[in-house]
Amino acid sequence: MAHDTTQHHGSATKRIWTVFGILSVVTIIEVALGIIKPEFLTDTYLLGMKLLNWIFIILTIYKAYYIAWAFMHLEGETKGLRRAIVWTSIFLISYLIFILLTEGGYIYDVYKNGHVAWDF
Amino acid sequence: MEATVVRTGTEGKTWGGGNEPLKASYGKMMMWFFILSDALTFSGFLAAYGFSRFKFIDDWPIADEVFTHFPFLHGVEAPMYYVALMTFILIFSSVTMVLAVDAGHHMKKSKVTLYMFLTIIGGIVFVGSQAWEWATFIRGDYGAVTTKGGNILQFINTEGERVALGDFAIPMEGDRVEHDRSNGIWFDTSEELPSYTIEEVKAGFAANDDILIRTQQLNEDRQKTILSREESLNILNSQGVGTVEGANLVENEYGHPLFADFFFFITGFHGFHVFSGIVINIIIFFNVVIGTYERRGSYEMVEKVGLYWHFVDLVWVFVFTFFYLV
Repeated sequence: MAHDTTQHHGSATKRIWTVFGILSVVTIIEVALGIIKPEFLTDTYLLGMKLLNWIFIILTIYKAYYIAWAFMHLEGETKGLRRAIVWTSIFLISYLIFILLTEGGYIYDVYKNGHVAWDF
Repeated sequence: MEATVVRTGTEGKTWGGGNEPLKASYGKMMMWFFILSDALTFSGFLAAYGFSRFKFIDDWPIADEVFTHFPFLHGVEAPMYYVALMTFILIFSSVTMVLAVDAGHHMKKSKVTLYMFLTIIGGIVFVGSQAWEWATFIRGDYGAVTTKGGNILQFINTEGERVALGDFAIPMEGDRVEHDRSNGIWFDTSEELPSYTIEEVKAGFAANDDILIRTQQLNEDRQKTILSREESLNILNSQGVGTVEGANLVENEYGHPLFADFFFFITGFHGFHVFSGIVINIIIFFNVVIGTYERRGSYEMVEKVGLYWHFVDLVWVFVFTFFYLV
């Protein structure tokens, strides 16, 4: 659809390079944190997970937002299409993760506290 | 053929057809819905990985200790650098892809050609890097002993540095013979024999007082538990049943075998997506070169494969986080 995307074209390449910069900086921060593993982040727990892991997951979602919005051009689509894609996936994925992780934690408890030996 | 034209009197009205409420072409919208379903497939895999990890949270391998290699840097511990490089390669090929889409909007054929070409090169380099990562993981580095319960015992010296099986195992003359297809009833070969038998490892361990055993069980500091010399001798002699070097779908020298299974499956499935993305990109690249889209008056096809390519990048961002960082 060349005709309806031409109006906001002047700064498209500039925006691409800006987003590339953001993604690179975030990746470098992630790798640096992963190598250094600052103790105050690995020793602090928030909602059962290390603070460091929360930071990794939030930075990942931040990167995913930029890839979807700028590179996949979701920002230029209509609200209807955007919501059909984003809310469907967010709802289903959160639901799946919640169920499987809860179940995994429960099985861990069974292995740990049950009367059957699993390592023989 | 006037007779075939049906006039309903609803032309131009809301339900008269020809409406595009989402202002996206059919192909682009279907690409989006395919991506959505594919995203759910990958989420299923990653959530299953999380499920197994939560199940065995106390003996899951530490990624920093597994992926420590960098090409041409032998013996240098370089956790994370290689996979960070791979991430950059893929993000950069995403950038060239979006530049190709942008050039397509301006109908600049030569620029689209160049950027598509760079994208394909980036994809090939990424898949090659993935193959190297797999090869390194399969080959393994230090080796370990497997126990009756299916666990892994690793060896360290008193300074806490890892020790490879080959550093202390005492070679023994034995009757181990690799089965050959020439001397069997069925013309197949046996699996490759491990470099060291459990007896050689046990003898070597008894002879070296400064070697200790590390189990796959994580302690309170999320580090692997180190046993004392007596405990080490005891557990090796009572529970050690075999040796393992590297990783495959059945055993894994780094710890729980499920880690290797999920690694092969998820990065393999992602790698297959990259591979098919490269193939589709090559087809579109040649279409650009012969001028198909120039004649069509629109480079929307480039935009559609671009969506797929960015999606592959998007998945990698999550795989990177959950396999290497968290």
